Amino acid sequence: MAWFKREDKGIITTTQEKKEAPDGIWNKCPNCKKPLHYSEQVENQYVCHYCGFHLRIGSKEYFSVLFDDNQFTELFADLHSGDPLHFTDTKKYSDRLTETKTKTGLTDAIRAGVGKINGQDIVIACMDFNFIGGSMGSVVGEKIARSIDYSIKHKVPFLMISKSGGARMMEAAFSLMQMAKTSAKLALLAQARIPYISLLTDPTTGGVTASYAMLGDINIAEPGALIGFAGPRVIKETIKKDLPKGFQTAEFVQEHGFLDFIVDRREMKEKLASFLKMLAPYGVQEPVAEKEADNS
Amino acid sequence: MKITFDFEKPLAEIEGQIEKVKQVEEKNKLDMSATIAELEAKLHEAQKEIYQNLTGWQKVQISRHPERPYTLQYLELMCDDFIELHGDRTVGDDKAIIGGWGTMNGQTAMFIGHQKGRNTKERQYRNFGMANPEGYRKALRLMKMAEKFNKPIITLIDTPGAYPGLEAEERGQGEAIARNLLEMAVLKVPIICVIIGEGASGGALGIGIGDKVMMLDNSWYSVISPENCSTILFKTWEQKERAAEMLKLTSTEMLKNKLIDGVIKEPLGGAHQDPVAMAATLKKQLLKDLKALSERNIDELVTERIDKFCSMGVVEE
Ligand SMILES: [Zn+2]
Repeated sequence: MAWFKREDKGIITTTQEKKEAPDGIWNKCPNCKKPLHYSEQVENQYVCHYCGFHLRIGSKEYFSVLFDDNQFTELFADLHSGDPLHFTDTKKYSDRLTETKTKTGLTDAIRAGVGKINGQDIVIACMDFNFIGGSMGSVVGEKIARSIDYSIKHKVPFLMISKSGGARMMEAAFSLMQMAKTSAKLALLAQARIPYISLLTDPTTGGVTASYAMLGDINIAEPGALIGFAGPRVIKETIKKDLPKGFQTAEFVQEHGFLDFIVDRREMKEKLASFLKMLAPYGVQEPVAEKEADNS
Repeated sequence: MKITFDFEKPLAEIEGQIEKVKQVEEKNKLDMSATIAELEAKLHEAQKEIYQNLTGWQKVQISRHPERPYTLQYLELMCDDFIELHGDRTVGDDKAIIGGWGTMNGQTAMFIGHQKGRNTKERQYRNFGMANPEGYRKALRLMKMAEKFNKPIITLIDTPGAYPGLEAEERGQGEAIARNLLEMAVLKVPIICVIIGEGASGGALGIGIGDKVMMLDNSWYSVISPENCSTILFKTWEQKERAAEMLKLTSTEMLKNKLIDGVIKEPLGGAHQDPVAMAATLKKQLLKDLKALSERNIDELVTERIDKFCSMGVVEE
């Protein structure tokens, strides 16, 4: 539930880009504070070339980093959130949605596309943190569910890029049930023997960690990403102790056995492509041994 | 009636009046039965008025009543026999989630549930019903055993949330819950889940994927507690009543939104007023559902289970 406490440092928003790019824009690296020219960022896959810090980017940037020639067909682009609970906090949820859509140019906190990665077909669903903290509402759940259906139907591997504070409070229990929905679909994807890669990026917490983000055939992460179930502040308040240095970083999570590897964004595409190539062809044959075991 | 909450105060007043009249009657050897009957009718009306119009927050309060029946008490009241099983076979035995084989009217099922404590010591022992990853992994181990022996699964849910602790993170709280969601979706035995008290977020859902998911009338189920929702939205706990309304977390609202499959009535004033009657009602419902589910083709049942959860959510296109 940490969407409210989002930090704005290090997020490169699409709006920013639209307004101020492409030229003459310098961002400071949130880590080493050195100036980064916009074109340099693009060239370096939004990684600081001084210190290696991975800037927070959205679906647009991830798609450009991963899909061959940035060519892909967007899937289920017309899904929008309803407001089933007529939720109003400091403002109406429906107004918040409209404002956020205008501000970000996005329809919700996720986009999905099908394209190629080094010539191999892949479906990628990627979360956008600047849409209400990447919170998981009905659209996020539904788009993931349909992407998985697409993957199963076309026997195409599925890559999920998570970046989220967790559940979307304004959809309350509807949001909670997206965890059940996405996990159930992933069970079907697993039965169809289609590879599922879960990429966890900064930050991935709450209900997203407690559902699809942790269920990959391989779970991988970007360096330094905050990954956890409970947010650090909540844990600190609960145990009334300071948290150890490096707690809930990707490196910490890998050390405890929940990530297969950590990958530099600049090497990600190659590594994913090699992985998929090793597993191909998928969703075709049923291993004989297991089939026999099922019948015994 | 046990009087606990502010909103029950009017009932205490009428009960006090009845008591006084009875004393007068006793002392002066008068027949005051008419007055008593009148007051009792008034009490009954007041009870109906209060308990049939409970707000979200009032139901949350009832769901946390210190004498509300917890999982083990239900098992004691419902089961002919119960054998508790312990441990996740990896790290340890979580005390906040219990489980084991039980029989009701001779019929075997795997029972799993959150467990809270009654006094300070017990509450600490049970970690306030907040499970660590090994609790969810124990639950999964037991559910897999149920599948192996082709027996139905019944889960009783009552948690303020999965434990947000340091070790819980180290041992993969998120992964443990996620794994259960995935596995429960495709388990090839009938699963019945009942929220008996608090149903807070992933900690509840982690044993909450079933063919039939029901809530006791005064339980609550949502993505966050009203207090935490209030804190995040309004920077204060004070708005918890408003948050409870906004979250639509009551059994009635959850049923209306098609996020659960049924509501089980509680004794007047809540389960704590009459645990025996509550357990009898619950048992009757469970036996009925077990019978209905056992007659179903399991592959169809699993497909329906998945479809049900996949249809949840409101999107426009
Ligand atoms: Zn830097």
